[in-house]
Amino acid sequence: MIQILEPGLQTTVQDTGRYGHYHIGMPPAGAMDQYAHKVANLLVGNSEDAATLEMTYAGPDLAFEENAVIAVTGADMEPKLDGDDVPPWTAVQVEAGQTLSFEFAMEGVRSYLAVAGGIDVPQVMASRATYTLIGIGGHEGRALEEGDELPLGDHGDGAAMAGATVDDEYVPDYGDNDTIRVVMGLCDYRLTDEGKAEFLGTEWKVSDEADRVGCRLTGPDIEGMFEKREQPFGAGTDLTNVVDLGYPVGSIQMAGQPIILMRDAVTGGGYATVGTVISVDRGMLAQARTHRTITFEGVDVDDALAARKHQDTQLDDLRATLSP
Amino acid sequence: MTSTGIERQELADPRYEHGADDYVFVELSEEMSFDANFEAQAITQEIRQRDIEGIIEIAPSNASYMLHFDPDVVDPDELIDDLRELEAEIDITDYTWEARVIDIPVLYDDPWTHETLMQFRERHQDPDSTDLEYSARINDFDSVQDFIDAHSGAPHMVTMVGFVPGLPWTFQMVPRDEQIEVPKYVQPRTATPSRAVGYGGAFTAIYPVKGAGGYQLYGRTPVEVLDVEQELADFEDSMVLPNPGDILNFRQIDRDEYDAIRSEVEDGTYRYNMGTVDFRPEEFFADPQGYNERILEVLE
Repeated sequence: MIQILEPGLQTTVQDTGRYGHYHIGMPPAGAMDQYAHKVANLLVGNSEDAATLEMTYAGPDLAFEENAVIAVTGADMEPKLDGDDVPPWTAVQVEAGQTLSFEFAMEGVRSYLAVAGGIDVPQVMASRATYTLIGIGGHEGRALEEGDELPLGDHGDGAAMAGATVDDEYVPDYGDNDTIRVVMGLCDYRLTDEGKAEFLGTEWKVSDEADRVGCRLTGPDIEGMFEKREQPFGAGTDLTNVVDLGYPVGSIQMAGQPIILMRDAVTGGGYATVGTVISVDRGMLAQARTHRTITFEGVDVDDALAARKHQDTQLDDLRATLSP
Repeated sequence: MTSTGIERQELADPRYEHGADDYVFVELSEEMSFDANFEAQAITQEIRQRDIEGIIEIAPSNASYMLHFDPDVVDPDELIDDLRELEAEIDITDYTWEARVIDIPVLYDDPWTHETLMQFRERHQDPDSTDLEYSARINDFDSVQDFIDAHSGAPHMVTMVGFVPGLPWTFQMVPRDEQIEVPKYVQPRTATPSRAVGYGGAFTAIYPVKGAGGYQLYGRTPVEVLDVEQELADFEDSMVLPNPGDILNFRQIDRDEYDAIRSEVEDGTYRYNMGTVDFRPEEFFADPQGYNERILEVLE
């Protein structure tokens, strides 16, 4: 059992996500930075879909009521165990009665805490991911609060993992995420050529409303990027409206300003989407801090697949070296 | 109203679009029509039946559909080739499905959505009218009651579920010249009551939970479309009631009936008035009014 002494800014139980229900409006939820989540699990000998804690900007204070092996990945929130530094991206033994505390992240946004055995909250629709909008998954469907207690799963071989770590080449640089790769498409036919060029040429600022639902950006007026037309039947009158359609996770919705739809996003709607952030860069976007600027780089599907392959290879390497 | 058929829409070639490395989005038409929606339903139904390894999500939408897949298992370009072949094979007039017909009682012009819409008048096209008055006027109805009679006078098909879990988009089962069309709010509201019945573009939506929204607000239903705890008997199999392809019959009720139904819903004893039909597009296209009357007979 882990007891929450202080919850931090927004700490939720997350996993690889809830799938198979998009057609009834259920977004996947799950860890925003899937790579960091998976590596944390690998470090403690868990399966990659075990539940971790996702911490946002400021981490919690946690009391361990039993022995455990933990690993912290993602943004560096300077974790401390009874006041002593905990090395990041490393499996560490925790004794019953010790307190794990976190500070503010100076770079990146989200840290992940994996515990051998996983956070053992009940599954909802085959996932432990917290989806706060309708209050399902995780701990009571919400962000953690002071006094909450989290059960741990069966430790298995976790204890054997203490001391395991990953080389620097497997640790992303969260300061280096100002270029986000995007495959343009979906409804980008709604933009003029000049509009598309302006969209890709703009330094967009991450707004302070960026969250698990969407990475909201601010920048120049978007209406002027759109082709004028007589709106098709059913679309609604605004130039940015389309007949309501499904939104991929990672797609860029043009609703007043661009919003990159993240893992708790709406699953569909009537605003034109003009491209999709490639799967590996969605995790980097989850680490993009408020007020930083990002630029989109247009890439094709083969580039997106190659980037994914590279990350898959990295994870394969880690699976091979970290298998208990 | 004269009984006319639904004019079939010739669809242009679909647009196949990559959503980065792990999504494919297919737009069957830029404009809404039953042809486009039934094609989206038929294709996604077929994909679901084929149970293709690596396909993670299959989501039909109003005039389009979307797939999410694992590109380590499914090659995106090969997937698109397969979808093109499938599209060529599908004939929606052969396609039938089991549709639930569900009675949705609505208190039109209810006090809760009225209070909300009055709060957000400055975000509306016409701050001096209510949403019902405005919508009736721009759709050439003589009165709000005539407008309500039209909205509740023919059933609506669920053409998409999404935005948030359980929210149905419905498209009224009438010829296009009888369809209501309204703009969304100039600026979206930051609040909408749960169970509000709204309209935007050519679609009615029921908001499962309170939250932001941009649709014109017409009323509130006492029944749920989302029951997370699955306490009501009709939610035993799923926390979401409407599914794409279901048919909703909006029925005007008064405050007494609203309160009576609401207390049954809150007690957990409410049972939805619904039945099942074998939906046949061809028969519907030929005589929508007669077909609608026949399918509504399954309701008690």
